[in-house]
Amino acid sequence: MSAPGVDVPRTSAPGVFLAVLWRDVFVTGRELPVFLAQVILQPLFMLFVFGKVLSSLGYTRPGYAHLLFPGVVALTALLTSLQSTALPLVLEFSFTKEIEDRLLAPIPTALVAVEKIVFAAMRALIAAIFMFPIGVLILGSVPWRSRGAPEFAVILVLGALVGSAMGLTMGTLVPPNRISIAFSLVLTPLLFTGCSQYPWPTLDRLRWFQVVTAFNPLTYVSEGMRGALVPGVDHIRPWVCVVALLFSLAVFAAIGIRGFIRRAID
Amino acid sequence: MEGLVKRYPKSPVNAVDGVTFSVERGEVFGLLGPNGAGKTTTIGILTTRVRRTDGVARVGGIDVTRDPVRARTQLAVVPQRTNLDRSLSIRQNLIFHAAYHRVPAAERNRRADELLELFGLRDRGDDKPDYMSGGQSQRIMIARSMMHTPQVLFLDEPSTGLDPAARLFVWDRVRDLRDRGTTIVITTHDMDEAATLTERVGIMDHGKLLALDRPEALTRSLPGKTTLEVALAGADGNMDAAVAALARLDGVERLEQLEGSGGQVRLYVAGDAPLMVAPVAGALSGFGITLSDVKIGEPSLEDVFINLTGRALR
Repeated sequence: MSAPGVDVPRTSAPGVFLAVLWRDVFVTGRELPVFLAQVILQPLFMLFVFGKVLSSLGYTRPGYAHLLFPGVVALTALLTSLQSTALPLVLEFSFTKEIEDRLLAPIPTALVAVEKIVFAAMRALIAAIFMFPIGVLILGSVPWRSRGAPEFAVILVLGALVGSAMGLTMGTLVPPNRISIAFSLVLTPLLFTGCSQYPWPTLDRLRWFQVVTAFNPLTYVSEGMRGALVPGVDHIRPWVCVVALLFSLAVFAAIGIRGFIRRAID
Repeated sequence: MEGLVKRYPKSPVNAVDGVTFSVERGEVFGLLGPNGAGKTTTIGILTTRVRRTDGVARVGGIDVTRDPVRARTQLAVVPQRTNLDRSLSIRQNLIFHAAYHRVPAAERNRRADELLELFGLRDRGDDKPDYMSGGQSQRIMIARSMMHTPQVLFLDEPSTGLDPAARLFVWDRVRDLRDRGTTIVITTHDMDEAATLTERVGIMDHGKLLALDRPEALTRSLPGKTTLEVALAGADGNMDAAVAALARLDGVERLEQLEGSGGQVRLYVAGDAPLMVAPVAGALSGFGITLSDVKIGEPSLEDVFINLTGRALR
């Protein structure tokens, strides 16, 4: 628009990325108690009813609580990150438009989408880690092996990233006025077909359901967590979980980032 | 920008249809046209938010399609509708904006204080955008856009929905910015705004740029330098004949019957409009019609638009 040969400032993508990430951390940090209450209530009740109430009444076998706990951590990680990208994105894009200022930051639009994935995964990690003290409080003890810690960390991070990539896909592909319907249609099946409440290998007695659960990324997070925390329980082998999660991450991140760019640029 | 075209998917026509213009550094440039003329889409392309279908668009010498990231360092946008970050206070809106643009921390605090002061928002710095009126939001967005000292500022319909005082305030800030050497591109459907504020104005309709010049030059290009608007009263049966007689008067270049107002006629005259009042009154008396009102005016950008498109701006 004006004369060429202008002295143009250099841009630094990492610096801008961190500034955009800092905005989200800053905003959520102030609302930490609200955020925790929001994401922890559902796993807390699941742990309480399935792990405590049913076992106290004798409806579940001893040891079930320790089998359930890794599944609930997995579920917390995946669903928290999914909800942390999908809903806010719909609001920011369609109603408040407040994301526009960041879309005009000197950074490739795809990196703004990556920031959303990273930030939602960070929220999910915090929520998942909070499940440990809550588990101790409700169940009396939770399974933990320091030898399984690296595997636990890898699966947790991957699970959180997959969840946010799925959220990005939902938040950008579903029309804003349909998002609440989409949520109720997706969330409940996701919650109950992800092997959080039962180990996958035992499902061979219910073959068709076993096949269904194999399509839910949450299954591999739950099973990977069991491999790390309660290896005594039959579980899908860790490397299978890692490969399945990396594959889901690649697919959903690719669709989600493309959807994000389509929303951001007409 | 050269030969810029934008066609939205599923749309049979181009929203922007082969638009070419350039804006000088430090100029205040206006895009005037009715809603749907393609102004906002044009701004969208220049600000990297809309992908062009064809043509080239450069901001500060940078191709916005090939290098949107660097183009964004050069520009700032104040949109029609507020897009302030509702989770942040006013001051934080300014500071985070500067952080996105890599302004050092000490500098962004200093600039935020300075701009809040300048925009009369010093006491509102800690408030949330939700509590702001339309005019205040507009001011905050202009202040925000100045945080990273852009070369080119785009203002999309800056005074729509503002009260007159807020509008004047925005105009003053625009002039301040121009004095500091910022290039400013304004879209508007308000011809007063275009005429008062801009140095050159492009008139857009249906995605095409119909004319581009200084506002005075555009109005001077109209047939008839000044206008005489007269209201006629009297024998209705003779009205048509009387109007025809007025059109034949010496010095009347063009005659327009104003819509929906019965005996209202606008005459575009070559000489001084006041001198035409007597001949007009004389011509009418023969038909038993008298003048009930006379208004003398310079032709406005609205007249330019009517002349170009055959219809009114709003």
